[in-house]
Amino acid sequence: MKNVLVNLEHISKSYDGQMILDDLNLYIRENEFLTLLGPSGCGKTTTLRILGGFEQPDTGRVVFEDKDITNLPANKRQLNTVFQKYALFTHMNIAENIAFGLKIKNKSKAYIDDKIKYALKLVNLDGYEKRMPDSLSGGQQQRIAIARAIVNEPKLLLLDEPLGALDLKLRQDMQYELIRLKNELGITFIYVTHDQEEALTMSDTIVVMNQGYIQQIGSPERIYNEPENAFVADFIGESNIIGATMITDRLVEILGARFACVDEGFGENKPVDVVIRPEDVELVKPEEGTISGVVSHIIFKGVHYEMEVQANGFEWLVHSTRMFPVGTSVGIKVDPFNIQIMNKPESEDEEATKLDE
Amino acid sequence: MNKKMLSLPYLFWCVAFIIIPLIMVFYYGLTDKTGAFTLENIAAIATPEHSKALWFSLLLSLISTVICLLLAYPLAMILSKMQVNQHSFIVLIFILPMWMNFLLRTIAWQTLLEKSGVINTLLDFLHLPALEIINTPYAIVLGMVYNFLPFMVLPIYNSLTKIDNNVINAARDLGADSFKTFTRIILPLSLPGVISGITMVFVPALTTFVISTLLGGSKILLIGNVIEQEFTVTNNWHLGSGLSIVLMIFIIVNMVLSLVFDKEGEGNAL
Repeated sequence: MKNVLVNLEHISKSYDGQMILDDLNLYIRENEFLTLLGPSGCGKTTTLRILGGFEQPDTGRVVFEDKDITNLPANKRQLNTVFQKYALFTHMNIAENIAFGLKIKNKSKAYIDDKIKYALKLVNLDGYEKRMPDSLSGGQQQRIAIARAIVNEPKLLLLDEPLGALDLKLRQDMQYELIRLKNELGITFIYVTHDQEEALTMSDTIVVMNQGYIQQIGSPERIYNEPENAFVADFIGESNIIGATMITDRLVEILGARFACVDEGFGENKPVDVVIRPEDVELVKPEEGTISGVVSHIIFKGVHYEMEVQANGFEWLVHSTRMFPVGTSVGIKVDPFNIQIMNKPESEDEEATKLDE
Repeated sequence: MNKKMLSLPYLFWCVAFIIIPLIMVFYYGLTDKTGAFTLENIAAIATPEHSKALWFSLLLSLISTVICLLLAYPLAMILSKMQVNQHSFIVLIFILPMWMNFLLRTIAWQTLLEKSGVINTLLDFLHLPALEIINTPYAIVLGMVYNFLPFMVLPIYNSLTKIDNNVINAARDLGADSFKTFTRIILPLSLPGVISGITMVFVPALTTFVISTLLGGSKILLIGNVIEQEFTVTNNWHLGSGLSIVLMIFIIVNMVLSLVFDKEGEGNAL
């Protein structure tokens, strides 16, 4: 296991009496690509700003390489930030923008010139030294913002929804670019986004947040395949979330029908939520299914058909490469491995229960 | 109706009150009493009393502009950092005197500064030495600064609020302390507002005759007073117009300089 680079301990923060972060605990390992994922207002940007030194937590400590940096101002921290809307210095040309941090540190001119060349090459913008930021496209400006940050050789790079303002195609290109950069530079990345696809594509670790609490921490695969609660399941990709009863170990009753599953230890006759991904729902002949229903809706999506199936009073979302016309009677089967059982939230607030790793 | 028709009233205004008077100024300024062409009225600026008034005007308006800048910049910075509900109150307090008539405000200063005026009565009461600045250049500078300060604050405030907070955060993030963030980022980015403010203070300060008449007594003549007297006392419209043209040159130079520095027209607050 790699060393822990940053540790957030019991961080709380509120604005005007409104709780943004409540006793947040999180550590980030060296050379990790960690993504804070959540809807707006979940506290992910505040977490990043506390790391960057632009915001002071009300309580708690920020520990960077075993040193408490909670009260260290932003300019003294060994990390750099890439801001949402680039935040380039519009009165300076590209070379001056990139050189800014190095000049502050009184590096030699030769060193700075080398670094500018190297950084521009790294972000595929050689020869842009004399251009002004305003004359660049959004994607180019974002790459300059990244170049401006990484020439300082930070140990940790914070990225605040850096691709949010770019169009889809450019965003996808930049995702690969970021992964490449991270691997070439060996810097730890903390990335903030509300885009679950972005998070799944790039991260080593995803931290799903909601209402100031961490909902789940895990690898993209784990977060997707084994969401710990309904919020995570719903936020990461499409899913069928159904109220069910755990009859006994490895047997769950969903909408009146009994399904085999692989989960144990929930107790007997315990109400639970189950998550079944639309691509995991198998459509078969009515008599072969665990339950049967009728196709009510179908859309062609390219890779697959998206269908809705009315069965036992629930509208099942199904992704399948096979096409079943509207009105067809079908049976529904689910592989035991693809049924993810989650504890039901006990109250409204439990929706946002803190889940320590 | 053609949309161009809507601009007719403005066009009329422009011609009647700007173009025609300008032509008249140039006509009078470039002719003598017989109507013959002459440059004498322009050259008259070189006479000792006229050039002295011009240099003195330039000096006082320059000093006033610098003082305004030094006062306005910190104030604009404080305002721009405030929460919206707080700052609208402060801005209101600041703008409030401007709702009062310009003459009235200046006459109020006269009453305050007089030898037996409000300030001196108060100082006397506190056994402090009297303030004798009425009818001196200090009083004129005071009047200029007081009257024109808002015209410096507003454009600077405007350009400061336009700076994205994250740009400042980015400078801090890259290692700049507060001082370097100010000199390398905030100041250069607010420069258009500063230049606009300088123009908006310097030009009216250079041409004023009311402030110097009311607070400078009759002894101190600024170029504005000289021109005014040529029209109202001596009745020499030709000389007055000639001197106006000279003054206009200084104003145009100032305008051109500010245009060069403020290419994007960002600082045009009003």
